[in-house]
Amino acid sequence: MMPLWLDLTIRVVAVVVGFLTLPLIVGQAEHKVMAHMQGRLGPMYAGGYHGWAQLVADGVKFVQKEDIAPRDADRRVFRLAPLVALFPYLLVLLAIPLGPNGLVAQPLDVGLFFVLAVLGVGVLAVLMSAWASANKYSLLGGLRGAAQLLGYELPLVLAAASVAMAAGTLSLPGIVEAWKPWWLLWQAPAAMIFFIAGLAEIRRPPFDMPIADSELVFGYMTEYTGLRFAFFLLAEYVGIVVIAALTTVLFLGGWHGPAADHLGWLWTLVKVFAVSFVIIWFRVTYPRLREDQLQRLCWLILVPLALAQLVLTAAVKIAM
Amino acid sequence: MTDDGERGAPGKGLVQGLAVTLKTMTKPSTTQQYPDVEPELPPRSRGVIALLEENCTVCMLCARECPDWCIYIDSHKEEVVVPGAARARQRNVLDRFDIDFSLCMYCGICIEVCPFDALHWTPEFEYAETDVLDLLHDKNRLGEWMRTVPPPPAHDVLGEPSKEEATAARKAAGPGAATAAKADVRRATPTTADRPPREARSKPEPPEQPQ
Repeated sequence: MMPLWLDLTIRVVAVVVGFLTLPLIVGQAEHKVMAHMQGRLGPMYAGGYHGWAQLVADGVKFVQKEDIAPRDADRRVFRLAPLVALFPYLLVLLAIPLGPNGLVAQPLDVGLFFVLAVLGVGVLAVLMSAWASANKYSLLGGLRGAAQLLGYELPLVLAAASVAMAAGTLSLPGIVEAWKPWWLLWQAPAAMIFFIAGLAEIRRPPFDMPIADSELVFGYMTEYTGLRFAFFLLAEYVGIVVIAALTTVLFLGGWHGPAADHLGWLWTLVKVFAVSFVIIWFRVTYPRLREDQLQRLCWLILVPLALAQLVLTAAVKIAM
Repeated sequence: MTDDGERGAPGKGLVQGLAVTLKTMTKPSTTQQYPDVEPELPPRSRGVIALLEENCTVCMLCARECPDWCIYIDSHKEEVVVPGAARARQRNVLDRFDIDFSLCMYCGICIEVCPFDALHWTPEFEYAETDVLDLLHDKNRLGEWMRTVPPPPAHDVLGEPSKEEATAARKAAGPGAATAAKADVRRATPTTADRPPREARSKPEPPEQPQ
């Protein structure tokens, strides 16, 4: 057995490395996939081969830029907001199991509860940046964001509760352990609801009403420059990874697949990237939902469906 | 899911949208990577105008027909003494032939009107300058463009034979064989060979010259 401190260091470093590389891969994939879906080539220069280093170059650019806080801004809150947006996702990654036999940074008995609670912090970052920017666009974007995030939290949690009921545990590795292929059918509505609500939670198109660059400049991120803006962007891509990973773990069976004992981690990653691709695909395909359509979808469709799924899950659970 | 279901099954439009983007992704993109890869220009592209100085007789037709007066020509007369001739000949010598490409609108009228083929289109287009005054190309620079003039496009097989061809054939056949020679030339071009001569349909042939 290795000493505790070494074990801890390895786990934290692994999570941080994943936290820094996975979003870059997803971001680069978004550049290229979106470009080709629109009949373009996307970045071609940075790094030499098909612009593979575009996001690295972007990062260097962001670091060089001046860090501006508006004169009327609430400086401390304004500066803190990007970190509040970014940090919860790091904590979520800690609890997501990569493979069987305890291949997880921090196995938690209440993993699902922890993950959903931490994800809810995101709304705080939106409100902080919106209010502290002292900007009309930021404020409007922030209020839209708050309404959206609070609303979609409900179907997200209900859908996750359904799968937790089915598995009989709140532990994420436990849920994957209990997962059976036929759950794909049984939990299909919950998976759809969770995925759609997750998209709204990370404010990805078609649910990017709080950002809405054609009407609100850039929503609550309007006043941000340089590294702080880069943090917000990074948070968006980590958000894709987190939502894709949670969908994978809860509904797509995580590490389950051929040779799961040895290649479990690979199966998880493959599924995460597949779901990330779908998230990018949705962004390219669908126009932005209007604010009222967005709320209607949440309260009149997703929430009742999620409740119906809960009833179904309970019924099947009792019958078995 | 949000579809009203007026047009077929609910959600049909959503699936169709996904199919469109996925299909586009699998098709090769049409983007031209210009600075790295030379563009494939269509034939007769209008890039820049080249001047073949030897052909210019300073007739001034181009300068006069230019719609925005962007051609500047200066010349002087020179006496050429030909040994054995009765008197000295005069000829125009070109001192200056400038085209101001900051004014030129690439209509090509100058090239059309030049009776001696002194002006030519070339497809070269990379002559942007940082100073607008540098867009005034003098006759040396215009002459350098001559290297980039593409060979003329092949003759249209369905078209009329060129005037030169027709005349040469007529001369070869000797005097008084004009119509026969014309028919010969037409027979020589493959695709029009088995069609009746166009002129035969449009206007009656002139009567045969008495031999």
